[in-house]
Amino acid sequence: MPVVSFREALNQAMDEEMTRDERVFLMGEEVAQYNGAYKVSQGMLAKWGAKRIIDTPIAEAGFAGIGIGAAMAGLRPIVEFMTWNFSLVAYDQLVNNAAKMYYMSGGQFNVPIVFRGPGGAAHGLAATHSQALEAIYAHVAGLKVIMPSNPKDAKGLLKSAIRDENPIIFIESEVMYGDKGEIPEGEYTIPIGQGEIRREGSDVTVVSWSKILQRVTIKAVEELEKDGVDVELIDPRTIKPMDWELIFNSVKKTNRLVIVEEGWPFAGVGAQIAYEVGKNVFDYLDAPIERVTQEDVPMPYAHSLEIRSLPSVERVVAAVNKVLYRD
Amino acid sequence: MATKIMMPKLSDTMEEGVILKWHRKEGEKIKQGEILAEIESDKADMELEAYDSGVVRKIVIPEGGKAPIGALIAIIGSADEDINDLLKEGGAPPQKEAHISPEQKQPASIATAPASPPPSLSPHQEPTPIVAARPADGRVKASPVAKRLATEHRLNLATIPGSGPQGRIIKRDIEGVLSGKISVAAPPAATIRPGTSEEVSLSPIRKTIAKRMSESKLAAPHFYVTMDIDMEPAMAFREQVNNATDIKLSFTDIIIKAAAAALMKHPLVNGTYLGDKIRQHHYAHIGVAVALDDGLVTPVIRNCEQKRLDQINRELRGLVERARNRKLKPEEYQGSTFTISNLGMFGVEDFVAIINPPEGAILAIGSIVERPVVKNGQIVIGHTMKVTLSSDHRIIDGAVAARFLQDFKKFMESPAALTL
Repeated sequence: MPVVSFREALNQAMDEEMTRDERVFLMGEEVAQYNGAYKVSQGMLAKWGAKRIIDTPIAEAGFAGIGIGAAMAGLRPIVEFMTWNFSLVAYDQLVNNAAKMYYMSGGQFNVPIVFRGPGGAAHGLAATHSQALEAIYAHVAGLKVIMPSNPKDAKGLLKSAIRDENPIIFIESEVMYGDKGEIPEGEYTIPIGQGEIRREGSDVTVVSWSKILQRVTIKAVEELEKDGVDVELIDPRTIKPMDWELIFNSVKKTNRLVIVEEGWPFAGVGAQIAYEVGKNVFDYLDAPIERVTQEDVPMPYAHSLEIRSLPSVERVVAAVNKVLYRD
Repeated sequence: MATKIMMPKLSDTMEEGVILKWHRKEGEKIKQGEILAEIESDKADMELEAYDSGVVRKIVIPEGGKAPIGALIAIIGSADEDINDLLKEGGAPPQKEAHISPEQKQPASIATAPASPPPSLSPHQEPTPIVAARPADGRVKASPVAKRLATEHRLNLATIPGSGPQGRIIKRDIEGVLSGKISVAAPPAATIRPGTSEEVSLSPIRKTIAKRMSESKLAAPHFYVTMDIDMEPAMAFREQVNNATDIKLSFTDIIIKAAAAALMKHPLVNGTYLGDKIRQHHYAHIGVAVALDDGLVTPVIRNCEQKRLDQINRELRGLVERARNRKLKPEEYQGSTFTISNLGMFGVEDFVAIINPPEGAILAIGSIVERPVVKNGQIVIGHTMKVTLSSDHRIIDGAVAARFLQDFKKFMESPAALTL
């Protein structure tokens, strides 16, 4: 199987879908002339031309709205945010137009659009540029939220997102764009709403996604393995709709659950997972559910504090030991 | 600042307590509200919560040790402060009494006060719930999966030791029992060598019984009145109820209800002697003596005069079970106005009981016996039961006791009247 980087996988997905469907186009800040702020759209202007690869001014609310209007008019836009932090400038467009148009037009206008870009903290970008916003978008009725953790999932899910008839929030990560991984040969898609067991285990279920899964949780699982703890690691891949059955069945087997996420604790995605598990598989739990999240503070600029603020291997190991009554 | 932890007063009659278990060792941290120790009082085993967070600096009374109320049992403080002064100060009188209700605080020398007449009980003097010491409320803590597994395998969770926080029973405990690694059986009995004697120190419950029974018999001039009850109507009534409903009525249920009905007609028998006056209760809170391995306890059914037989039946079952498991809450064994003691199930035909102070009387119930009786001038086989009322002559005279028993007999022999 070919090995590609995360950004190449995204590039392939967009390229293949543009080949497959002439209504698909990409727009955003520096996606064309500069080949993308993170080089995700490398070579796309040269191949597809300025009609389908469109540089926008620094005006997120404007180009997000143009994208929504284009989708309503029958096109299938991909709108890149340089980072998801900047989507907050376009929040009204996403929440009040993209998410609600199909409902408020009585089914006359659906909005088949993909908003994509990197989310979460990179390194030393401080409070306003280091936010994990998946819980905020997953909260909004009418939006789907996808967060792949590797090139294979990124490509398969982005292709599904472009083909979906609904507005999609597709969150990547600056620090993962260079990650390399195997992808299947040829055409493939991954269904939205289908999670994956990344490692089978019997002692405890750990749910984690995106960069934190790749950079923190997997390392913690390796540490725990050395300590004789057999973790079942679940990557939901899609935050909304969540693959509940996958999580429920795993908890039925292991009786314990730890959720590791990059976002803040209050009303985080993990809080919803804990509620659903408590409600649906209560009789299988052997310990209170634990969560590992970012501390409930704006991201500090100081690197030492940034590290302390984010979930760490130590904190994940401690949470797993707690639900195993090993602390 | 370091705080002294004193032996709390966990029941009205408690004078000293035994530390069953310390949940923290010296040097370990504890948070406010976490369980610090388990303490055996004269009535039940209770949990003592920490009312401050800190480090357990000193355990003064070890597990198994006894201490009077107000005695210093431990010190909680910060890890490095000097506690020598506190240790020198020692215990009583208690200085921090978050766990003792205000009324009980007045006599600071409870532990050393001469035996005073037991406080009389009335609704406005119901014992105040203890704040910091949570009674073992009969709730077994178990994780959801442990509960499910226990149900599947028909295990009694109450018999399984929990290894989780605060004794929570978790999956591995159930698996341990199922695999035979954890034993739920009682510890093996000690072997006794012939020709030897041994001294066993009194358990708190035994001490309370000894003290209260002596006090009662010395202070209250007892006299006894016995009466024969024809039990055939009650037997027929019970059979009818048990055949027609899901209720499994016991003779004790009927006796409690008949006694409550008779007490309402004879308030003196339901009274308390107060030295210069008599307190008469307009409700029948009836205590039922329940035998334990090492003593007895009398759970109370309140307002029996208002309760239906099926309510009494249900309540009594719950109380007896909790009494046997030593899980009664103080309000479940305090405040009775009259007591019933039944030894009929042991084949005892009749006996006399000692009044349970501060009550005025107690009814001793014998077994139902088959014997020849004269009915309509004919000798026939009948079923009778002897009951003996022990009365405090300071408030109850012979005729009062006799009239009470006449009414009790009337109700027992016309049980349908108890359903009105």
